[in-house]
Amino acid sequence: MATDAFQLKGSLFTLTVLQLHQADMDSLTHQLDRLVQQAPKFFQHTPVVIDLQAVQQVNGAIDFAQLADQLRQRGMIPVGVRNGSTAQQQAAIAAKFAILNATTSKAESHPGDTAVESSVTSMPNKPSLMIHKPIRSGQQVYAQGGDLIVTAPVSQGAELLADGNIHIYAALRGRALAGIQGDSQARIFCQHLAAELVSIAGHYMVNEALQQVSYNKPHQIYLAADKLLISPLG
Amino acid sequence: MSEIIVVTSGKGGVGKTTTSAAIAAGLAKQGHKTVVIDFDVGLRNLDIVMGCERRVVYDFVNIIHGEAALSQTLIKDKREPNLFILPASQTRDKEALTLDGVGRVLEELKQQFSYIICDSPAGIETGALMAMYYADRAIVVTNPEVSSVRDSDRILGILASKTRRAEQGETPISEHLLLTRYSLERVATGEMLSVQDVQEILAVPLLGVIPESKAVLRASNTGTPVIFDETSDAGQAYSDAVERLLGKDKPHRFIGEKKKGLFRRLFDRSKEEQLA
Repeated sequence: MATDAFQLKGSLFTLTVLQLHQADMDSLTHQLDRLVQQAPKFFQHTPVVIDLQAVQQVNGAIDFAQLADQLRQRGMIPVGVRNGSTAQQQAAIAAKFAILNATTSKAESHPGDTAVESSVTSMPNKPSLMIHKPIRSGQQVYAQGGDLIVTAPVSQGAELLADGNIHIYAALRGRALAGIQGDSQARIFCQHLAAELVSIAGHYMVNEALQQVSYNKPHQIYLAADKLLISPLG
Repeated sequence: MSEIIVVTSGKGGVGKTTTSAAIAAGLAKQGHKTVVIDFDVGLRNLDIVMGCERRVVYDFVNIIHGEAALSQTLIKDKREPNLFILPASQTRDKEALTLDGVGRVLEELKQQFSYIICDSPAGIETGALMAMYYADRAIVVTNPEVSSVRDSDRILGILASKTRRAEQGETPISEHLLLTRYSLERVATGEMLSVQDVQEILAVPLLGVIPESKAVLRASNTGTPVIFDETSDAGQAYSDAVERLLGKDKPHRFIGEKKKGLFRRLFDRSKEEQLA
């Protein structure tokens, strides 16, 4: 029996939306340059949708071909437009843009906002993830958005991850990474420090270095002035 | 009510097959109808350790593929009327096993046997996963050295996540630690981990400690499960382990007095070396 060469399926994607506030190409390219300079890697091969809602009423045509060209030069991949006027949509189609369904964005956009939203958002207060069984070599536990509490030993080769703090009321012999979304206030507490690696908000220390400091006793690990500190408890 | 017990370890050469043979023979000696299955397809050894290698006609893979009946395939032990062996295929590989097929064979065995012992191959791949999937209990065989302990730890993690009981949210598999090749002298000199050290790391109830013994090699070579050698230390240690498995409370022998201190440093140092 012959099988089909392909199958069509619907899928949802999160795309970066560039909300156009003015039709002026010079100020646009200027801002783009600044943005790309800040985070060059971030915009490499990023698909971008142009939102035209704010410039629907603007007189004078937008040069979509040039807009696409400018975006491509900076590594982005323009894929489509939305919320344009009929004339703008025609022009966009001519410049090989896709027309995406017009959706009204939930939040009112304000001129002056940059296209990329700040990545630092306050952490919602999620309940802690509690584990009462030993965490074995090869196992990984992630407490997303909150603290991780473990009341059993954590073996060598096991990995604990938390957006918040990590508490271990037993021996920590594996890896523990707290504040992995960047919370530098996060801390690690353990009854018996014999970790392979500890990390807070990306600042880490491996076993070799840990043995220089102190070992095998109750400890807390935290960040102070971007430096990982380990202090005995009790 | 029959029970499926997997004998596993992660690491090879720690004594899984020796243990499977001894525990199965021990359970049979206690009057329980027992079958021991070799899951090490392609590298079968259990038939040799059980001394029935010249009586193998069909094998486990034949049954799964419907090429032979269970009654044709099971080999009856000549010493113990309650003991049967289901050999592995030597010409196939682990991919010949399927979860469905293994499940069907185990279901059929449950009709006749009180205990089904699954001798797992080393590793954490298909063969090992098949051997543990349907288990009710697990005997984790560990040597008192760091790499074996780490592999056992890994297997314990897999037992708690990738088995039928774990997937269906039933009561977890009950885990037993069996420490083999234990040498009191080498523990005393700090060359080997002590029982306490291993238990501290693995946090699993101790089923038994089998001393390093010449009787084990002799037993393997003659095709007699070591538990039949009632005068040997290893045979006695396995007998104790079987009794504990059946729920009896027996004090541990062959573990000597508590020993700590020197080892701790050695263990930490070897860990340091692994990381370096």
